[in-house]
Amino acid sequence: MAEIAQLLINGILLGSILALGAVGATMIFGVLRFAHFAHGDFMAIGAYFALTVVTVFNLPVLAALPVAMLMTAGLAVGIDQVVYRRIRRVQPVILLISSFATALVLRSLIQMIWGSSNQVYQTGIQMPWRIGPLTLKPDHLLIFAAAAILVFLVHLFLTHTRMGKAMRAMSDNMDLALITGIPADRVIMWTWAIGGALAAAAGVLLGMDTRLHPVMGWTLLLPIFAATILGGIGRPYGAIVGGLVIGCAMELSTLIIPGAYKPAVAFAIMVATLIVRPQGIIRGSL
Amino acid sequence: MSLIKADGLYAGYGGVDILRGTHLRVEADEIVVIVGPNGAGKSTAMKALFGLVPIRQGQVEYMGEVITHQPAERMANRGIAYVPQESNVFPSLSVLENLELGAYAVPGDLASRLEKVFAIFPKLQERRQQPAGLMSGGERQMVAMGRALMINPHLLMLDEPTAGLSPRLIDETISRIQDINQLGIGVLMVEQNARQALAIANRGYVLATGENRYEDSGPALLANPEVAEMFLGG
Repeated sequence: MAEIAQLLINGILLGSILALGAVGATMIFGVLRFAHFAHGDFMAIGAYFALTVVTVFNLPVLAALPVAMLMTAGLAVGIDQVVYRRIRRVQPVILLISSFATALVLRSLIQMIWGSSNQVYQTGIQMPWRIGPLTLKPDHLLIFAAAAILVFLVHLFLTHTRMGKAMRAMSDNMDLALITGIPADRVIMWTWAIGGALAAAAGVLLGMDTRLHPVMGWTLLLPIFAATILGGIGRPYGAIVGGLVIGCAMELSTLIIPGAYKPAVAFAIMVATLIVRPQGIIRGSL
Repeated sequence: MSLIKADGLYAGYGGVDILRGTHLRVEADEIVVIVGPNGAGKSTAMKALFGLVPIRQGQVEYMGEVITHQPAERMANRGIAYVPQESNVFPSLSVLENLELGAYAVPGDLASRLEKVFAIFPKLQERRQQPAGLMSGGERQMVAMGRALMINPHLLMLDEPTAGLSPRLIDETISRIQDINQLGIGVLMVEQNARQALAIANRGYVLATGENRYEDSGPALLANPEVAEMFLGG
């Protein structure tokens, strides 16, 4: 029982990181209609931006988080303007392949700038809290709180700002958005900025939980896509639920199968969703 | 000066002309109805005016300004609103959000515009928090027209606004269109329910195979035996 509870804690932790990545990926899909394969590498580069801020200015990680988010948002918008914008009007599959290339370029840049070995934000051992048979690190609470706050801010943005509503509208019905006179280019720019910022946040929180490595984001891309599909592609609220479900499923699976197969669990859930309920688990169209 | 005026339009998809020299105009405050058999190019004519179908030849003039080849996303700024026949609401957004976004291109006094829309469609005020995707066909049509009205348009273009509605809702929609016209908004509409639409039309056009066949006041077209026999099903 205690083991299950512990795995659930870990699962929610992983799930909230996945959710941040998945919300951005699903919004990008909703507005631009392609699966963004460089999303995991946005996470990684965001984590490394934070590492630089932490080491240069000697700041705590959470203080570096907003800076890393801003930098990654800028990078995402820049990459869109330089790479994706030019090929947006051709087939979506070309965008998809070029995002794959972007992923490789970003990963190589990380290796060139920061090296390819493991790094951490803080050295030293953090003493976990023991609550009965369960253990919880103080960092875990921070990660969960940061993810929850960011998700809430995204919710406010989507429901209370003109741009947020325009983004949902474009994701809902692209042609009608055009007819209504919603400026697609501005909405796309904001989508990249927010998607990039959330990916960076996911990367930083992942780095706090574990360590920094050039492929840290790439390895999470599959679970993130699984969360996106489970929640219904293009639906930010679905992606949050999807992230939490995939995170918990991945952790709980270690009860039965070796931990190395965690990504396979995400993959299996993704395939099953696509076969049984391709529109996602959430009813309606949130 | 006409509100909108198209001359000698040749337009279509993939190099095939669906419109072949079509002309039409809407004067300010008019209700103009385009009728004709399937495939006549009625919807294409409206889409060409709005910049949704490439125009190969011909000219479109809006309030004296040539707008041929102007992109569709710029039409709302000019005061031209278009309601497509299908997928004409944002389904996951609430009714209120649909209306708010309608005003996106022309920001400003939202409250008074909402009031105006709610005065024409009181039901939308009751249902304003409901997702538009969960509404019935008739209600959705109201949301779509309400959305279009949010820019305070000079010209409202409606593609088959009564398609798929029950007879009672058809009457209701037709009289709402008259209400909208009473506000001084020019209306251009394509209609399958030609009789009801022509009955309220200041002018009507009969199109067939992309060409103008008849043009007259709505009631005169209804009374024209040739039109009745060939295009209104006897």
